[in-house]
Amino acid sequence: MVLEIQNIKEIMSVLVYTESENQKFKKVALEAASYAKAVADQLGTTVTAITINANDTSELGNYGIDKVLQVSNSQLENFNANTYADIIKQAAEKENAKVVIVSSSINSKYLAPLLAVGLNAGYASNVVDAPTNTSPFTVKRTAFSNKAFEMCQINTDVKLIGVSKNSFGLVESNANASAEEFSPSIPVFGITVESVDTTTDKVTIADAEIVVSGGRGLKGPENWGMIEELAEVLGAATACSKPVSDLGWRPHSEHVGQTGKPVAANLYIAIGISGAIQHLAGINASKVKVVINTDPEAPFFKAADYGVVGDAFEVVPKFIEKLKEFKAQQ
Amino acid sequence: MKILVCISHVPDTTSKINFTDDDSKFDTNGVQFVINPNDEFGLTRAMWFKEKQAASVDVVSVGGAEVEPTLRKALAIGADAAIRVNTVATDGFTVAKQLAKVVEDGAYDLVIAGRESIDYNGGMVPGMIAALTNANFINNCISLEVDGSNVKAVREIDGGKETVNTAFPLVIGGQKGIVEESDLRIPNMRGIMMARKKPFTVVDPVDSNAETASISFEKPEAKGAVTLVSPDNLEELVNLLHNEAKVI
Ligand SMILES: Cc1cc2nc3c(=O)[nH]c(=O)nc-3n(C[C@H](O)[C@H](O)[C@H](O)COP(=O)(O)OP(=O)(O)OC[C@H]3O[C@@H](n4cnc5c(N)ncnc54)[C@H](O)[C@@H]3O)c2cc1C
Ligand SMILES: Nc1ncnc2c1ncn2[C@@H]1O[C@H](COP(=O)(O)O)[C@@H](O)[C@H]1O
Repeated sequence: MVLEIQNIKEIMSVLVYTESENQKFKKVALEAASYAKAVADQLGTTVTAITINANDTSELGNYGIDKVLQVSNSQLENFNANTYADIIKQAAEKENAKVVIVSSSINSKYLAPLLAVGLNAGYASNVVDAPTNTSPFTVKRTAFSNKAFEMCQINTDVKLIGVSKNSFGLVESNANASAEEFSPSIPVFGITVESVDTTTDKVTIADAEIVVSGGRGLKGPENWGMIEELAEVLGAATACSKPVSDLGWRPHSEHVGQTGKPVAANLYIAIGISGAIQHLAGINASKVKVVINTDPEAPFFKAADYGVVGDAFEVVPKFIEKLKEFKAQQ
Repeated sequence: MKILVCISHVPDTTSKINFTDDDSKFDTNGVQFVINPNDEFGLTRAMWFKEKQAASVDVVSVGGAEVEPTLRKALAIGADAAIRVNTVATDGFTVAKQLAKVVEDGAYDLVIAGRESIDYNGGMVPGMIAALTNANFINNCISLEVDGSNVKAVREIDGGKETVNTAFPLVIGGQKGIVEESDLRIPNMRGIMMARKKPFTVVDPVDSNAETASISFEKPEAKGAVTLVSPDNLEELVNLLHNEAKVI
């Protein structure tokens, strides 16, 4: 047994793609790094990270990264899923990585299936926990829109794992993160970016620790002022139920649920939302849920941790006031 | 323009999820199956291309005979022909290989799949088809326009959107936004009658070696009861969120 483990150590490593934005690592990337470290410990090997256009990579050491392959190239300023997947593939081959880890960010989910085919790797997405077994390699992932977990066995030589946001979490450990310049070939693919349109001053649902969400119980778009104020006090992103976006009260990008954006926040506050099964399916991965609703029979009360039976138009302003008092004392 | 729409046959969004055979199989008992919502948005966009730009639209599903009613529904909505690849859809990679073969045999210009299926939630089949067929790929696609050989698409990104230009062959992972909810169509009687006469082909699968396998399923632990806070005592809610839940 001991011999076998030593052999493995010699021939393989774990590779993680740590995504950055404006020189900063995304939290989901650090979660992926933490996960990669856990897998490497199980396999008795080391972790290499690949970064694209991130200058300072020392932070990665805090999450157990031994070595960093640092790619810097102005051609890579715009994300291109094919090009990025190809670069990660080159890194995996260089490192002889048998397990490759990515996060569940929108861009990582975009490139992962391309990378899986490139590496001929079995791919498990939405993975929530460290492997339960490394031989056969078995991971726990969510399926059926968060209504169940699946134990998924990956049978290929190289394995690709997408780690769910806010599930494995951040695990600090001490490693070197010794950086090494990496200059892969940069293949060009047939998609060119014409324009990018983002609201930079707002917290995005994908990155938010707290999400404040409004439903049809708020009666009309003119009543969203208090939702935005509550979000601002909490440093939260704003979201909404599907009918609210279908009615045009809020933009589609705020629609969360089974057919909208998934939410895996620390705190999800639902205001005037009934808690239909399709809504809950998309937000259930959030850790703590609060509901504010006039109807004590609303299904959301069965899914929530904390609830207030009351009129949002009275409760939310008071809640904001109490939160402001609390923040002032902090 | 030759379009192929990939249709995943999934439990209705309201379904209760249960498992049988020692928690190794999804229990289909009493479950209604539907076209995967993301695929329904894509199919509706395909109908627009058919009506406005004279595209042909085929639909395909990988699965046993049980998926046929779902493909018939797609025909009733207006697709021209249906293909079923006769194998159990056990693993995303295998499904993608089956679909890639159909795409190559049919020389499709545009493959419309969904961002994610609501059962397996793999989010992997469309990208894999693209990689296997060397096609361009746009995921989270919320707008798609074709002008001759130029394609303009919009994809959702964190906190906004990105407009891109590309060309055929192209695979997209579509979602709501590519058409509006109100554009979705319910098959009418005439559509249902016509669907019966449309070509329906069953093809044999290509070999594949199950890159991944579902071993078992489990349901999340039942939730504890909700803690109710009086609307007159919201200080208590702040207190609980800070001291008990530790989320603020
Ligand atoms: C295929 C499919 C997919 C779907 N996907 C999604 C999805 O992704 N996301 C999603 O959200 N929905 C989805 N739905 C829709 C879902 O079934 C519900 O219709 C929807 O979630 C209801 O939205 P709501 O809670 O805002 O509205 P309602 O169900 O109308 O609920 C409004 C709530 O507000 C409460 N209320 C009223 N007045 C007040 C007040 N003054 N103060 C406080 N509370 C008040 C009411 O008691 C009620 O509970 C989907 C449906 C289908 C069929
Ligand atoms: N068995 C299948 N047959 C046809 N298309 C499928 C099948 N499974 C998945 N797809 C397509 O791939 C998309 C994403 O599925 P998934 O990778 O399972 O999340 C779906 O929305 C469908 O368009």
